[in-house]
Amino acid sequence: MTKWLEENTPKLVLAPSFVAVLIFVYGFIAWTAWVSLTRSRLLPKYEIDGFIQYDRLFASPRWDTAFGNLFVFGFLFIVIAMVLGLILAILLDQNIRTEGAIRTIYLYPMALSMIVTGTAWKWILNPGLGLEATVRGWGFETFTFDWLVNPDMAIYTIVIAAIWQSSGFVMALFLAGLRSVDQEIIKAAQVDGIPTWRVYTAIIIPSMAPIFLSAFIVLSHLAIKSFDLVIALTGGGPGYATDLPATYMYAMAFSRGDIGQAASSAMIMMMVVFAIIVPYLYSELRSKDD
Amino acid sequence: MAPILEINNLFKNYGPVEILKDINVAIEQGDFLVLVGPSGCGKSTLLNCIAGLEPITSGKMAIGGQDMTNVSPKDRDIAMVFQSYALYPTMTVAKNITFGMKVRGIDQAVQDQKLAHVAQQLQIEPLLNRKPGQLSGGQRQRVAMGRALVRDPKLFLFDEPLSNLDAKLRVEMRTEIKALHQRLGASMVYVTHDQIEAMTLATKIVVMKGGVIQQIGTPAEIYNRPANLFVADFMGSPAMNLIPAKAKANGAGMQIEIAREKGDPIVLTDTRNQDLPENVILGVRPEDIADAAIGRGGDTQEADCIIDIVEPAGADTFAVMQLGGKHVTARLHAETTAAAGTAQRLAFDLGKVSYFAPETGLRLN
Amino acid sequence: MTDLSYSPASSGSSATKIALRWGLYIMLGLFALFYLMPLFVMVTTSFKSLEEIRTGDLISLPREVTLDAWRTAWSGACTGIQCEGVRPFFWNSVLIAIPAVMISTLIGALNGYVVAQWRFKGANLFFALMLFGCFIPFQVVLLPMARMLGLMGLAGTIPGLIFVHVIYGLGFTTLFFRNYYVSIPAELTKAAKVDGAGFFRIFWSIFLPLSLPIIVVTVIWQFTQIWNDFLFGISFSQAGTQPVTVALNNIVNSTTGVKAYNVDMAAAIIAALPTLFVYVVAGKYFVRGLTAGSVKG
Repeated sequence: MTKWLEENTPKLVLAPSFVAVLIFVYGFIAWTAWVSLTRSRLLPKYEIDGFIQYDRLFASPRWDTAFGNLFVFGFLFIVIAMVLGLILAILLDQNIRTEGAIRTIYLYPMALSMIVTGTAWKWILNPGLGLEATVRGWGFETFTFDWLVNPDMAIYTIVIAAIWQSSGFVMALFLAGLRSVDQEIIKAAQVDGIPTWRVYTAIIIPSMAPIFLSAFIVLSHLAIKSFDLVIALTGGGPGYATDLPATYMYAMAFSRGDIGQAASSAMIMMMVVFAIIVPYLYSELRSKDD
Repeated sequence: MAPILEINNLFKNYGPVEILKDINVAIEQGDFLVLVGPSGCGKSTLLNCIAGLEPITSGKMAIGGQDMTNVSPKDRDIAMVFQSYALYPTMTVAKNITFGMKVRGIDQAVQDQKLAHVAQQLQIEPLLNRKPGQLSGGQRQRVAMGRALVRDPKLFLFDEPLSNLDAKLRVEMRTEIKALHQRLGASMVYVTHDQIEAMTLATKIVVMKGGVIQQIGTPAEIYNRPANLFVADFMGSPAMNLIPAKAKANGAGMQIEIAREKGDPIVLTDTRNQDLPENVILGVRPEDIADAAIGRGGDTQEADCIIDIVEPAGADTFAVMQLGGKHVTARLHAETTAAAGTAQRLAFDLGKVSYFAPETGLRLN
Repeated sequence: MTDLSYSPASSGSSATKIALRWGLYIMLGLFALFYLMPLFVMVTTSFKSLEEIRTGDLISLPREVTLDAWRTAWSGACTGIQCEGVRPFFWNSVLIAIPAVMISTLIGALNGYVVAQWRFKGANLFFALMLFGCFIPFQVVLLPMARMLGLMGLAGTIPGLIFVHVIYGLGFTTLFFRNYYVSIPAELTKAAKVDGAGFFRIFWSIFLPLSLPIIVVTVIWQFTQIWNDFLFGISFSQAGTQPVTVALNNIVNSTTGVKAYNVDMAAAIIAALPTLFVYVVAGKYFVRGLTAGSVKG
């Protein structure tokens, strides 16, 4: 008995977490998937009824907006945050004496809650008293910056706030990448008389491909999960112009009482995440086995 | 008295892969057993099986006459020294050494006394309050030994303990381990890939390859009478010359003919061995080929050989020539007159040669 | 450091070099302004009176510093029908975050220790399953979790939120500790086994004393995640058990009365203070957690 206990302690220690993950992650995914195939409304029903919820979802103009916004927001957010992060990293990589302080400044938004970020930007971007009013107060009477309340432009305010929050983090990733490039290669290039900008474009940046991939994965993950920022900054409005799948799901689940729609939209979100993550994890795990 | 360690028909698989195949070894109290072989031969796995750190797939193992096949490491009465030393990084040297006793709830006074004894034995008293990170490689090695010694176990296990040291320190520690073994009269199992370590330390050597024991014997047996081509080639530096040759019965003995690229074949007559097949591989240690002029006695036969390369190495001079399509090395006296490109009369000591079958690689004589 | 500043390739007159250097610092400074501006605006706004906000501009310093907004934000602002400021919710967040961080870190440490040092058949599968769990969008578990908390009698309670944060934090805490312990040679565990120590003894005497850096990283990561959480907070709490992020959002979006931007900003700063404090004090570990959580995951 003691012998058995001794041999199986590691398994016993892992067992509760294992069970928890099976139930609370995989079991719950299965539950949501199941319910997304039923006619559940206010209460879950368990009779499978085909893809009716998905049909409703894709027929809904609100989902249409939310899903389209995900791609507009995701694309702009990822591309701009990566470009900005890379530029900042390269600028900071030039033997800057105050690097530590500057890095701290660029990165601190990452420590904030998205709700705080949203609150701050909501104040800054509000046309009545914020940036617009301030610039007008400086004498530029015709200056308009009403994106926050303009249904066509509001989604871009979310992009701005999200970039403000996350680009410093991308910078930190890239900076670590720049520092891990083999110094001998760089020295060799310098001895060969290759100009600095060519060293970056031809040697350093290509060798950071895995970091670009990591940054992309993290940012796309952040984009798909974006919920707090929208709630705090625009509340999904004006109207539902800035809805994202995450806010759509939440609205269906907790205010509209439409569990079927909530489940099916959550499943779509998960599929988008998996479409990005699975190939990445697969290649990661495979390269580790080699 | 029962053997201190006895392993019978031990097999070890990782899934479908057989790591150890039918291992049978026994050693007596006071033996120094060295497991030697190239990397991946299974020697470290075997040591881990002896320690109980790896379960075995089938077979039996006894330590001190007691069956230990399914006993956990802590109850096997063993101590082990690891390649990386595996000192506990957050504990001082003293705590490292006494940790095992502390876990076993041994009286503090006994712990202190044993610690003092071991520290004095290994001359590490000044290090007792340091952390492993503050020690040099050689000092860490000593502490690792101390951790094993303090336990006073039935069996000591060493897993390549010297391979992380630089060459000079390695030789020093080797001598020290040997002295320790002689002083304590303890039983030890020692894993190494270095055949010189194996030769110098062992009372008994196990040569392994691909999870199979190739030969078990004293260092002299292994060196002088290797059981197969692998052992012949692996043990000894420079390696034994393995020369394809033709054997013919010739009255009193066998006539051994070695082809040469240029000139007539060398013909040697071996009067000690009979009934060799026609095709053999002749194994001659470099030191068994000497300058005929300087001579060393023994059962020698002489031949003129064209020397290709001469490598003076201080005490000896190595001469390399081409025989039977192989590079053959002779270990000549430092004062040899041999010069590259010239002929030299060399004496082959046929009293110590080995013959192997080319097809099976097994020893014939 | 990619030291390219003194490269033989970047030859040119020293004047252009100095100009380049200045340009570099100006760019860096402008970016610093971009990142600092919202914080600056928040702080100044929070010290202004509503009157001054309506007449002044966004980036001017307060003419008259007043703490009224802070007082209101802390103990008087209305979150829906309740008007007690963020104070009770701040303490809710503390009550949620501290146990959740401690429990998830401890379990993560044990899990990581097993996966890295006591490999057995299936341990890698377990780890892969956990890792995968880090990536799911939580929306996919919201509905069943709400029902499950109801079944467990934890709906709308602080223990319920602790439970949720522990469960969905395990993936990351396990990952952190596993990646840390995997770099510790297996021989250490073997040596301790031969010395007679068992599973927990080895963990306690050998691994835990080695773990301070990774404990700090994990605790900071978990604390930041849990403190800043909004989704679980708004989904699984009820009036009285909401965390500070939810309360902040309610204050900002409450429709009753005049829009008190100074109070909003003070409340936002209060909600942000704990994580900002951690970031300032232990930024190095914070960044290490961020990069470890992303690069490796």
